[in-house]
Amino acid sequence: MENLLTRHRSLSVLAAVLFLQIFGLAVQVKRGNDAGQTRLIRIWSVAAITPVERAIVHVQGGLYGVWHNYLYLRGVRQENRDLKLEIERLRLEQVRLNQDASQARRLQALLGFKEQSIIQTLPAQVVGSSGSEQSRSVYLDKGENDGLKKDMAVITADGVVGKILQVYPHTAQVLLINDQTSGLGAIVERLRQQCIVKGSPAGETMLENIMADEDVQPGDSVITTGGDGIFPKGLPVGQVVKVSHSDLFLRIHMRPAADLSRLEEVLVITKLQEVAFPAGEVAGSQRAVDILAARLPGVPVKDVPMKDAKDGKQDAKEKTGTHTPETKPANPAALPNASAKPQVDVPLPTPKPPKNLKPAAASDPAGERTQ
Amino acid sequence: MRISQTSPEQVEVYRFNWLAAMLIPALAIFFQAFLPKFLPRLLIFDLPLLVTIYMGVTRRNPVSGLFTGCVIGLIQDSLTPNFPLGVFGIAKTVVGFGASSLGVKLDVENAASRFLVTYGFYLLHQFLYFSVQRGLVGQAMDWAWGHQLLAGLANAGLSVVLFAALDRFKRRN
Repeated sequence: MENLLTRHRSLSVLAAVLFLQIFGLAVQVKRGNDAGQTRLIRIWSVAAITPVERAIVHVQGGLYGVWHNYLYLRGVRQENRDLKLEIERLRLEQVRLNQDASQARRLQALLGFKEQSIIQTLPAQVVGSSGSEQSRSVYLDKGENDGLKKDMAVITADGVVGKILQVYPHTAQVLLINDQTSGLGAIVERLRQQCIVKGSPAGETMLENIMADEDVQPGDSVITTGGDGIFPKGLPVGQVVKVSHSDLFLRIHMRPAADLSRLEEVLVITKLQEVAFPAGEVAGSQRAVDILAARLPGVPVKDVPMKDAKDGKQDAKEKTGTHTPETKPANPAALPNASAKPQVDVPLPTPKPPKNLKPAAASDPAGERTQ
Repeated sequence: MRISQTSPEQVEVYRFNWLAAMLIPALAIFFQAFLPKFLPRLLIFDLPLLVTIYMGVTRRNPVSGLFTGCVIGLIQDSLTPNFPLGVFGIAKTVVGFGASSLGVKLDVENAASRFLVTYGFYLLHQFLYFSVQRGLVGQAMDWAWGHQLLAGLANAGLSVVLFAALDRFKRRN
């Protein structure tokens, strides 16, 4: 036996090394990758590589800044003029959006909504990647010492990037949403259809768990559900680019809102808070249905005397046999378009707050009239 | 063009000084992790694999070849925390061993043999990687023939240039 091992020394060593690795692999798989502590070899490798990456990225950023901020200033005056015009335009837009937002807040309060708000973010720079086609992840120049923790959400101004998978003292690893092991709860905004965003082995981003009979179209926006407790609700995830039918589910390709292949600066959401809108902030007797009544298309305006209108209401009650809610806002001034609506009680469809609310708010002609 | 040797005695064995032996794999791993940040398409190249093959066929010592592959593979594994340690390790151990064993029998000094050897070992490496991922880790992975064959060609092409550059660091034993 000893002779055999000596004669085939290299083969014996190969078998031993392979056996050890397979054994180690089996132990890790049995324990689960997340259950175990971070292995020393991972800490050493990351500690050896990321400082160099960080140094190079910072030097490169510095040189780029000197060139673009001090030397290469061609076209800056024109750009400045354009930006001033853009600011003026955005200010006007902001006034309109503020009104819509305050109205949405009132509605949320009335409906007892709770939503997660981003309280605190930390900007970080991407300094490297995993270097493997099969693993879509990047390294940040901030880590545990900067307050980062596992499972924190990472975003850009454009949309969702991923979540923190591992945290080291001075760096953190982010699993991108196009990695095949990632999974993100999302909804197709137009259909309010829940789905899961996953990566494919080729690095494409896919939408899963959507039945074949759903009418998902290229161009549909996908946003976060907020149900996973990592990402707040409503962040843009991406846009559907291709839909094909398979047996039971649709096969949907999505383009991530954030450019995952060219990440430079990202924001890590370090603090999320669940905000409940207290009803006390809103006028006492005002109800969601009142506001919806003001916003939804109503009957054509007729100059009807109040008495006749009440009679009409009575008739409607008798015809439908249902109780019609009183749609008299307690604070009409709070509703910008309330004055445009007649003070007539008409039977309203039962409101489906989350579904009907957004399109109504987004394409509300009454809202525009308030400008 | 002669690519085979008639006896192992005719094969020249090379070695690297300790600094080169440490720095070359380290730089390969570093660039593999760093460069795709600027150019994501570079992920198609597997620099650590090319260095494993080069070290193996140059030193022509199966034991040192398999250990080189094992260490490089495990470090690469450590940079991909969503997968367990050992996936790249196993694949590169076998490649390191195979390249060293083949180096004894083949002349890998010319560009054509280097291209072919790298192409073959790239496909072997990918096959082992996918087998381990699917069979041992239980990770669903799709094998895309077109992509793998193309990536093999790209890596083999790069190996011709890279190996010629690395030849400057080797010393005759």
